[in-house]
Amino acid sequence: MGPSGTGKTTLLKIIGGQLHPESGSIIVDGENVHQLARKDLYSLRKRMGMLFQSGALLTDMNVYDNVAFPLREHTDLDESMIRTLVLMKLQAVGLRGARDLMPNELSGGMARRIALARAIALDPMMIMYDEPFTGQDPISMATLVQLIKALNTTLNLTSIIVSHDVKDTAAIADYIYVISHGKIVGHGTPKEIENSESDWVQQFMHGEADGPVHFHYPAKAYIDDLLAFDKN
Amino acid sequence: MIHLLTQLGEKTRHSFTKLGRSSFFLQQILIAIIDVLPRPHLLSKQLYAIGVLSFFLITISGLFVGMVLGLQGYYILSNFGADEALGVMVATSLVRELGPVVAALLFAGRAGSALTAEIGLMKATEQLSGMEMMAIDPIKRIIAPRFLAGFISMPLLAALFSSVGILGGHLIGVNLLGVDEGSYWSQMQTSLDFYDDILNGVIKSLIFGFVISWIALFEGYDAIPTSEGVSRATTRTVVNSAFAILGLDFILTALMFGDI
Amino acid sequence: MQHSVKQDTLVGLFVATGIAALFFMAMQISNLSAFSETESYTISAAFENSGGLKVKSPVVVGGVRVGRVVAITLDQKKFQSVVTMKIESQYDQLPEDTSASIFTAGLLGEQYVSLEPGGMDEVLVNNSIIDITQPAIVLEEIIGKFLFKDNDAESKE
Repeated sequence: MGPSGTGKTTLLKIIGGQLHPESGSIIVDGENVHQLARKDLYSLRKRMGMLFQSGALLTDMNVYDNVAFPLREHTDLDESMIRTLVLMKLQAVGLRGARDLMPNELSGGMARRIALARAIALDPMMIMYDEPFTGQDPISMATLVQLIKALNTTLNLTSIIVSHDVKDTAAIADYIYVISHGKIVGHGTPKEIENSESDWVQQFMHGEADGPVHFHYPAKAYIDDLLAFDKN
Repeated sequence: MIHLLTQLGEKTRHSFTKLGRSSFFLQQILIAIIDVLPRPHLLSKQLYAIGVLSFFLITISGLFVGMVLGLQGYYILSNFGADEALGVMVATSLVRELGPVVAALLFAGRAGSALTAEIGLMKATEQLSGMEMMAIDPIKRIIAPRFLAGFISMPLLAALFSSVGILGGHLIGVNLLGVDEGSYWSQMQTSLDFYDDILNGVIKSLIFGFVISWIALFEGYDAIPTSEGVSRATTRTVVNSAFAILGLDFILTALMFGDI
Repeated sequence: MQHSVKQDTLVGLFVATGIAALFFMAMQISNLSAFSETESYTISAAFENSGGLKVKSPVVVGGVRVGRVVAITLDQKKFQSVVTMKIESQYDQLPEDTSASIFTAGLLGEQYVSLEPGGMDEVLVNNSIIDITQPAIVLEEIIGKFLFKDNDAESKE
């Protein structure tokens, strides 16, 4: 967790091997992501799911084909098998009835649920969620929270959630890292974070307007700035 | 002054970096094309989007260009009493120059800009990254089929443009202005050479198709993933394609028809 | 992937029309049809001057194209231009005493070889040589003749 612009999404992209870190290494399932050959990276990615903020559904295909897409690309399953799998995944996110809709006909929450169905199509070992709760109304937010929790336990997944949504994330997370300006400023179970001694973490968790992160963007002294015009 | 020079240097360096990136991009496409060949339906879909949807624009423009050539050519040639040579004039200008060049310019405006916008939007909406995270290479799945389709469509469209243009010239010259039909065709046939004229025209349009597809896809792929970035990339595609087509046309013409 | 039959059909049509256009250009517009090696036999004729005749220029009999010029060489002994022509095999009844002339199509048109059939019973066969020829009319010579004629007339007066 962390405020906007601190590099949370960047971190996910580094884990997925889309970006390269300037220093340090990322180890997923015992493999150093950035030292893998392209082929091995791709086979590792098949075991990683990622849910993008926008859903990133392919706009020229309907919901069914979107979910079927990774199966068709990576497996030689026949259409009846694919159909069964797709319907299972869609059932899991509760949108089996929406299979013929096009992505532009979906609401934001539905698009994310479809994207989630697509992310689990290949039965990955981990899923990364990029801001899954941003811009959702309370009902679809609750649906997503419940869905992520359910998937996590039933499919025995590892989930990494990037979010700045304090309450909902704390409700389903086992362990939280709070980052700011590319640094970890606090970590622990939700309870430990709640009671953290760090002022910064406290400000973030309780959503206070002023604190270590100032309300004002850095500027000259107010009075000087106001009088500066006359001096010119 | 120093500031201006630094800026100029910065810009030059920037364009070289871009050229480097686009060359690397082209190399990736060319490698990926091998993976497209066993999947004809991917290609078919793009041939539809790129070729079929440009069909009417190209044929109708070709018809009008041919008609104008027929009209103008007739007025000029009849001054010398040489209106029998109308077929030669219309066919030579179409097959050598106007067919490949005008069809390529129209193609860049119609299909090239659409390609850039499509790829740019896919990038802006994270569809390309999403695909990468699903372990699917967007260059193979998205870019290469479009490139191949552009490369195949261009010579076909240019041939259509020229053919329809010659028929348009026939319509005006022969059917309307009364040029002798036999000499319209026979003079054309004796003056135009298959290798020198037709084949060179086809080679030109193949090269144009290659370059337009490359520019359009690269600009889309390299676009800044915002609405503004995509719209600017689309403009750049049309401008750069036009420059590339006209510049290359000069070089190719000099190589093919000149004795340089 | 969802196959759209309609789309595939349109693509097929598009590619077919494109190839048809290429074919049209090759056959109808250019001289490729003349290239197609139909059965033919070769004859040659020596002209004093072959003018602007070129390789691939047409050879006609009574206005009908029967073949084309394949080579123009210089006979080093007689300093004549030897024009080799290929005549399609279907036109195998040209008499031996056929004569050849080089004409121009229109004032500025291109030059071609015209064969004027004679009356003999024997016919031209492969590698025959046409003896009776009429050289190309060179425009400059005719203009020159006219000018000199006028000059002569004036000087007499």
